[in-house]
Amino acid sequence: MYGIGLIKGLGVTIKHFVETYVDDLRWLGRGRYYNEEALKIRQGTEARGVFTVQYPEEKLSVPEEFRYIPFLVYEENPDGTRKDRCTSCGICSKVCPPQCIWIVRSNDPETGRPIPAPTEFYIDIDICMNCGLCAEYCPFDAIKMDHVYELASYERSSAHIYNKERLSKPASYYAEIRPKNYAREEAARAEKEALKAAKKKKD
Amino acid sequence: MTEKETVQITDTLEEQFPGAITRDERQGYDGYIVEAAKLVEIAKSLRDDMGYDYLSSVTGVDYLPDDKMEVVYHLYRSAGGPALTLKIQTPRDDSVVPSLVSIYPGADFQEREAWDLLGIRFEGHPDLRRILLWDGFHGHPLRKDWQEPFFEAEGKPFKSRWPQGEIQRVEDTHPFGKNVHYPSEFTPEGWTPEGEAALYSSLGKIEHGNGNNNKGFETDHIVVNLGPQHPSTHGVFRMVVTLDGEEIVGLKPVMGYLHRNHEKIGERNTFLMNMPFTDRLDYLCSMSNNFGYALAVEKLMGVKPPERAEYIRVIMAELTRVVNHIWAIGFLLNDLGAFFTPMLYVINERELILDIFEAVSGSRMMCNYFRFGGVARDIPEDALETIKILVNERLPRKVDELDLYLTGNEIVQTRAIGVGVLTKQQALANSAAGPVLRASGVPYDIRRADPYSIYDRFDFDVAVRYNGDVYDRYLVRLDEIRQSLRILKQAVETIPEGEIQTGKSQYQARVPAGEAYGRVEAPKGELGFYVVSNGKPNPWRYHVRAPSFINLTPLEEMSMGQKIADVVAILGSIDIVLGETDR
Ligand code: SF4
Ligand code: SF4
Repeated sequence: MYGIGLIKGLGVTIKHFVETYVDDLRWLGRGRYYNEEALKIRQGTEARGVFTVQYPEEKLSVPEEFRYIPFLVYEENPDGTRKDRCTSCGICSKVCPPQCIWIVRSNDPETGRPIPAPTEFYIDIDICMNCGLCAEYCPFDAIKMDHVYELASYERSSAHIYNKERLSKPASYYAEIRPKNYAREEAARAEKEALKAAKKKKD
Repeated sequence: MTEKETVQITDTLEEQFPGAITRDERQGYDGYIVEAAKLVEIAKSLRDDMGYDYLSSVTGVDYLPDDKMEVVYHLYRSAGGPALTLKIQTPRDDSVVPSLVSIYPGADFQEREAWDLLGIRFEGHPDLRRILLWDGFHGHPLRKDWQEPFFEAEGKPFKSRWPQGEIQRVEDTHPFGKNVHYPSEFTPEGWTPEGEAALYSSLGKIEHGNGNNNKGFETDHIVVNLGPQHPSTHGVFRMVVTLDGEEIVGLKPVMGYLHRNHEKIGERNTFLMNMPFTDRLDYLCSMSNNFGYALAVEKLMGVKPPERAEYIRVIMAELTRVVNHIWAIGFLLNDLGAFFTPMLYVINERELILDIFEAVSGSRMMCNYFRFGGVARDIPEDALETIKILVNERLPRKVDELDLYLTGNEIVQTRAIGVGVLTKQQALANSAAGPVLRASGVPYDIRRADPYSIYDRFDFDVAVRYNGDVYDRYLVRLDEIRQSLRILKQAVETIPEGEIQTGKSQYQARVPAGEAYGRVEAPKGELGFYVVSNGKPNPWRYHVRAPSFINLTPLEEMSMGQKIADVVAILGSIDIVLGETDR
């Protein structure tokens, strides 16, 4: 009969419609929105009903690998000073596809050798395509992708070129946003050190 | 096709056309160099006698050091098998080759593109106008001696970035107005585009009061521009149609509004840098784009990814297909007037898959996940679990729901059945690919016809439908989602442990000189990357055979005689993404 398909289709729409209210009932009293637990379910594989996220009041948590504008990692010395991990080797600026990393390396005035730390480090975040290649190929784990994605500003021409000061974040922050990566890299580093030490002993 | 068969074909051709066809002997090259004067005859014989009925790609390469232009053709048999590559060489300063449009109508847009970007003239082309660039454009940008206004150096990485990084913003050094080249005597204000007149005249004669078609009414032909700003065009795309009453009697697509010369950027980039750029082609399917490009470069490098990486690649590519097809169906329904209700239902599922992409690659859409000889990182255990739940439980249920929701719907049927018909012959001749080709009764799927990666290990059927209308293109997509889920179920069960990268991923990939054509069955059709390396860090030539672009070639044939309202549905059923069409 003509119209059967239409009615079946409308059945699907009604199912979705009803599910929305069922879901509301389920969270009655606890709140369907602005509720971490509900948000997880709403966005999970068991989700039914409306799956909207009430941004900016609610935010989706980002996975560890999420990547946005890179930052430079520094170690905090016990005496409060900072030590850049970056050795200004230049690999990140060479691998960067849109070429938005500028690094200034300086030489030691006495020896004339390059100093293994950047004097300046700029990233034009308007050009950065968030590809993550810099972080992937940095041999010193010195540049990593950030999780902060709310970067809008009124001053495009001046505020979007990040300098070293603006880019630098402590290693503890890195450990916080990427715990698994951090642990893996630390373990690899420890292993390398141990190997080195063992070799030294043998010599 | 076996090696023996290839030899046979060449022998026959050499007998038939003595001296006109020779093997390409250059190191790392393949195929045959053909004499221009004999090209059309040879192509005809290949198509009619030897089964090479599908012209996949036409493009050019500028061999500046040899002072030569080369046009490269990739031919396939719709019965399956590897490519037959033909090449023609022509001098750079006066590049003319015969057009193949008369044998393979699918060469139409591709030859126009080669003319536009490389300045190769195709003699006998019925409508050789620029296609991606505007009429006032000066020069042919893919020529190696052409430099963009932002030119800094022939290839990246640029010296100014390290160790003395002198930061400056390009837009400060090239303010608006200074960043375009004009021919010397050109004034932008006093210029009227000749292209428009040529475009309208290419639509055929506009008739007045033809009187016959509309049952005794005296009707004029009128020209209507749909787009470039039009919600039905899925982006910035324009269709110029001639109408007789409501009926379409001529249609020309106009594109290039989103053109950024992806290929020139690609030739300035190093090989690895192109990976994230491919994400931006068909931005809904970045994983498939990565796949095609990785295959091409891996062919040149001679590396193979380890088992686990192959599985991960297949899982990602098939999830991408699901994402693309539900999206395409959702938008088709938008075009049919079911405004956003079906769309939002499918977006829900798409979000769940994008969550997986994000967990795996770090980005929902710009995945940049494949590397030469592997993938960027391993797939997290919990993501794999989520995929299992999705492909085993949720997605099959949702596809069935979508099926129940739409397939039997009488309005959908009335709007889609018998509309925009493309016959099998037309589809093949016009080099249509993917669901558009398969909905017309050609069971051609590269995963089967010319298997790559590990697709030969999975059980799946090639979805095919036979009516070639909008409805069948919708059904083929639905079938393909089910087949993808089938592949996914097998892949997540059998994925082995192990490495995800052969050797160490190098930021400066060493790519030996030569050429390679890597192609995958992307959700929208055959996505091919033609890459030429001269052993340097940057590719000498980087060409994208974009299915969204070439699938538009038969748009006019599909739309002829249809009502103007249906052209929106027809375009929706081709499923284009302008990021890929315009490149
Ligand atoms: S961030 Fe890493 S790759 Fe970049 S210069 Fe510093 S050490 Fe080298
Ligand atoms: S994320 Fe990519 S584009 Fe951005 S700075 Fe790093 S390499 Fe460059």
